[in-house]
Amino acid sequence: MRTFNEADLISLFSALRWTVVLVALALACGGPLALLLALMRSSRLAPLRWLAAGVLQLVQGVPLLGLLMFFYFGMPVFLGIEVPSLVAVGVAFTAYTAVFLGEIWRGGIEAVKQTQWEAAACLGLTRWQQFRYVVGPQAFRMALPPTVGFLVQLIKNTSLASVVGFVELARAGQMASAATFQPLLVYSVVAAIYFTLCLPLTVWSRKLEARLNGAR
Amino acid sequence: MTLNFSQLWRYDDLLLHGALLTLLLTVIAAVAGTLIGVCGAVLVRGGPRPVRWAIRGYIEVIRNTPALIQLFIIFFVLPSLGLRLPPFEAAAVALSIYFGAYAIEIIRAGLDAIPRAQLEAGECLGLTRWQVFRHIVFLPALRTIYPSFTSQFVLLLLGTSLASQVSAEELFHTGGFIDSRTFRSFEVYAVVCAIYFALVMAFKLVFAGLQRLMFRWPVRR
Amino acid sequence: MALVEIRDVHKSFGDVEVLKGITLDVEKGDIVTIIGRSGSGKSTLLRCINALETINGGEIRIEGERIAADMPNLRQLRQRVGIVFQAFNLFPHLTVERNITLAPVLTGKIAKDKARDLARDVLARVGLAEKIDAWPEQLSGGQQQRVAIARCLAMSPHLMLFDEVTSALDPELVGEVLKVMEDMARQGMTMILVTHEMGFARTVATKLVFMHQGRVWEQGKPAELFADPRTPELRNFISSVK
Repeated sequence: MRTFNEADLISLFSALRWTVVLVALALACGGPLALLLALMRSSRLAPLRWLAAGVLQLVQGVPLLGLLMFFYFGMPVFLGIEVPSLVAVGVAFTAYTAVFLGEIWRGGIEAVKQTQWEAAACLGLTRWQQFRYVVGPQAFRMALPPTVGFLVQLIKNTSLASVVGFVELARAGQMASAATFQPLLVYSVVAAIYFTLCLPLTVWSRKLEARLNGAR
Repeated sequence: MTLNFSQLWRYDDLLLHGALLTLLLTVIAAVAGTLIGVCGAVLVRGGPRPVRWAIRGYIEVIRNTPALIQLFIIFFVLPSLGLRLPPFEAAAVALSIYFGAYAIEIIRAGLDAIPRAQLEAGECLGLTRWQVFRHIVFLPALRTIYPSFTSQFVLLLLGTSLASQVSAEELFHTGGFIDSRTFRSFEVYAVVCAIYFALVMAFKLVFAGLQRLMFRWPVRR
Repeated sequence: MALVEIRDVHKSFGDVEVLKGITLDVEKGDIVTIIGRSGSGKSTLLRCINALETINGGEIRIEGERIAADMPNLRQLRQRVGIVFQAFNLFPHLTVERNITLAPVLTGKIAKDKARDLARDVLARVGLAEKIDAWPEQLSGGQQQRVAIARCLAMSPHLMLFDEVTSALDPELVGEVLKVMEDMARQGMTMILVTHEMGFARTVATKLVFMHQGRVWEQGKPAELFADPRTPELRNFISSVK
């Protein structure tokens, strides 16, 4: 048994890298999927809408912890090979991000008036061009505050990856706590790190939101 | 690899028990958290300044740190305050505090959305403040917060799975136990997820039904 | 004793003095119309009479009783003074019937089983008997405003205040509301109105009050004031609204 020291602090911060990697991975892979889901949900083809709605209900209907276990234990079952835990965890967070961001962005798209699609269509733009140049930019403005808000959720929730042994900030905290028997101190430090990461984003999201409401 | 669910059926009563504990944990945290939410929202709108700051601080801390870490801290903090609670109870406390922070924000927004003119109209008819709240503010405010409140409730239901990480007995913990007996990890967690999914769907149906029952007046769009 | 006595009333919002010493009497049965440019303090005066705003100086008495926002029997007073707002302010989650009967039942003015009769009664007076089970959002603006009037009538007030009640209405809906108010005037209701409807001010009102810069600039019989305004401000105002 030993007391919490700088070495522990350093190990916490080096584990923080993996938290950041996980967030980046989830956004990089989940973001495009989210856009796809959002577009499917505002599509004119009913089967596409249903499919997207079904995926959404499914992923939002199970705990993130369950999603992690599902992919962690499921990928070897389906692929027949062991995968590094980063892959399994990354897939789970990708699915999580795709669904929640997709829902937020759909809200943004729907907040843009239908007449904007029509006006763009009347100018002879294709459906994609209508989105790319007319509806998308407006939807982006509307959806930015909740998107930043979701980023906070994502950062916090990467702590769940610790459950399958992936060493990010929360897991490093658990290990330091076990080594030092100072759980209160260690977890307070861990919480403080998350807090410093998340609070500016929360404040930013709130400011964006206020600006959006003021502009209306 | 092949899937094999057959071993799991022996544990059906354990799973049922776990699901009931998950429901219990959810309901306790939801009720306690809503109480925190109501008191907090009222105080944050009209309380003395130090109280308002304290509540704002509470909300920011809870909303900007992971629930898992909060759970650990509370699990280890309570004994040092002389409160030796079993894991389930400790998890209930942590989840109530967690849900309360979100509930304050939701309820505050609902109260803010009531037009002042509605309060004035009630006052001008000679109603007491309580009558104005009960008959004029309550239902429209409830309708405003209903979507965000119910989806927060669903997130809470799913979030109770975190309690398994401090060995509180609930559905996810039960899954871990069965996993350790059968070594059919994937199958076990697939079934556990399916049960959560069923619970979520059941609640969504109930919420939709209640919504139709309670909010029958038309609104301008 | 006048029904409403207003004595040297002052009211400020921050640094801005909106009412600069208003004195005015309203007798039982009077139909008082307050006119004036926006910002002249008309609506504020009306809101002071119902203690929706706290006055900074002077006093207001209704039936001899001094009005204050912190008076103990404010609620009893408000049951005797009805107010109709520009924006109707119906309760969206209650049917027309419940909008009307909520206050009479809660304040013990009427038994629950008599409530529907009361609603039917006052709705008939505003010509909307058939809308008793409708939701507010299903009605036109004019109909909503008539329900708001009926809601006041159900409290059998001794005095009714109207705060620009036709200003939010489409032009074609103004007439139906004015007609209801004319009927009430004919039945002897004491009324104070802030309005831009000069026709109503000219033909129905028993007293005309012209407010300007927070003061009662001129008051008197409508016909006389319209025919022969004494001040250039009133003359300008009359010609600008024609």
